[in-house]
Amino acid sequence: MNDVKQSIDDLYRAESRRVFATLVRLLGDFDLAEDSMHEAFSAAMEKWPQTGVPENPVAWLISTGRFKAIDTIRRGTRFQTLTESHDAAIDIDHEHEAVGDEVLRLIFTCCHPALAPDAQIALTLREVCDLTTEEIARAFLTPVPTLAQRIVRAKAKIRDAQIPFEVPDENELGARLRSVLRVIYLVYNEGYSASSGETAVRRDLVQEAIRLTRLVASLLPDAEVFGLLALMLLQEARRTTRTTHDGDLIPLDEQDRSRWNMAQVEEASLITQQALRTGRFGVYTLQAAIAAVHAEAKTYEETDWEEIIGLYDALLQMEPSSVIQLNRAVAVAMYHGPEQGLELVDDLIKEGGLMDYHLAHAARADFCRRLDRKDEARASYLFAIKLAHQEPEKRFLSRQIEKL
Amino acid sequence: MKYLCLVYLDQEHWDSCPDETCGAYAQDLIDGGHMVAAEPLHGVHTATSVRVRNGQLSVTDGPFAETKEMLAGFYLLDAKDLNEAIRLASGIPPAKYGTIEVRPVRTLDMPGGTPSVGAPSVAGS
Repeated sequence: MNDVKQSIDDLYRAESRRVFATLVRLLGDFDLAEDSMHEAFSAAMEKWPQTGVPENPVAWLISTGRFKAIDTIRRGTRFQTLTESHDAAIDIDHEHEAVGDEVLRLIFTCCHPALAPDAQIALTLREVCDLTTEEIARAFLTPVPTLAQRIVRAKAKIRDAQIPFEVPDENELGARLRSVLRVIYLVYNEGYSASSGETAVRRDLVQEAIRLTRLVASLLPDAEVFGLLALMLLQEARRTTRTTHDGDLIPLDEQDRSRWNMAQVEEASLITQQALRTGRFGVYTLQAAIAAVHAEAKTYEETDWEEIIGLYDALLQMEPSSVIQLNRAVAVAMYHGPEQGLELVDDLIKEGGLMDYHLAHAARADFCRRLDRKDEARASYLFAIKLAHQEPEKRFLSRQIEKL
Repeated sequence: MKYLCLVYLDQEHWDSCPDETCGAYAQDLIDGGHMVAAEPLHGVHTATSVRVRNGQLSVTDGPFAETKEMLAGFYLLDAKDLNEAIRLASGIPPAKYGTIEVRPVRTLDMPGGTPSVGAPSVAGS
């Protein structure tokens, strides 16, 4: 009895999004699909303890969910009219459900360019990754009602304007890919480091993002898909050494490199090189290349800083950004010395719009410390603490002050 | 002579006219021999703007809101979904210079749906 309950729990975690994505396509309606999926899982809780788990539980859940939806439509509780498209969709042959990846179909719909960019990300996190509206709101630093309305509007547009649930054809696939990758990277980042407060790393989100990228890569062997995959694998390979058991941050120069997953680093470096060789790479591949240089260095001091500065220059040509310039300044400080780094970061704080960015002040503090300008370093650390959102970052900066 | 009558409403008044009222007036126009075609639209949240510049298709969410450009014409198209509608809209020649706003047509919520020329009148039958 408890075994069955456990296997339903496991099934929910592993397959609920696939069941949901299939029901969305079959029913053409997010809310109806969500309700029907939950009804199907409740039905499983009721029946499986007696009948045992069916041979193909996912197919059972999809088919049960579909019947529950037909019931709902027939009862007319949700729709005033039973439209032809609903009937036609529900009659689709069972066999077709296995074709293609349903979750991929769903992600392309959620990332449709006819939806506002913010809505694409919110909808993907909600519908594909099953994050709550509150979690997404936190990731976006957006009030919950605003975010909820964004999702409701996006769903209404998909329904009313009839955005189809399909993987775009070859002509459109390339153009549609950019927003898909952007969304996946945001999903990854939400898992890699939560946006505020004391939050643990969300492994499932990270795995979901990597899984989705591998899936897209198998369908569309584009350099940037591989670049993004490599970038995430490289960050993952080093993730466990970023924090202590208590959640305190460990800076790159103090991380235990012997604990890095070097097999994964090697796989990612190979993927990065392949992406670079195509000559059609973009910002993800360049970020992966930077991460690969870090990951391959035996010690922090032995890092090829010159190479990293060059890669940041290439990245800045594609995407001018003050935050990227700040990262470049850190590499410059390692290669040419902290004076040059300080000069660059002071410019960025004064003119680059980074006045309120805590990491700019933290970098400034670090350069001052290395130049033995302790008072200035302390002042900048204190300023950075005031601006930081995450508790682990605040604690890390406080420790730096104690060390002065 | 044919005249195009464009209906503008702010969000506040979007649902102010009951569908039956609009349907009845449409039927009057049909009976009087004046109607060519009329369709109500879904709200602006369903709008998609399509542009072609240097051969590149650009699709963005939202209605067209550039006051410099004026309404120059319309196409009422039949497409299986928004993707096909966008594809067809991108072929409209002025998409190269201006903007094509794509808005889905809805059906009036009344017996028989939106009255149309040539269809039997529900009210009169």
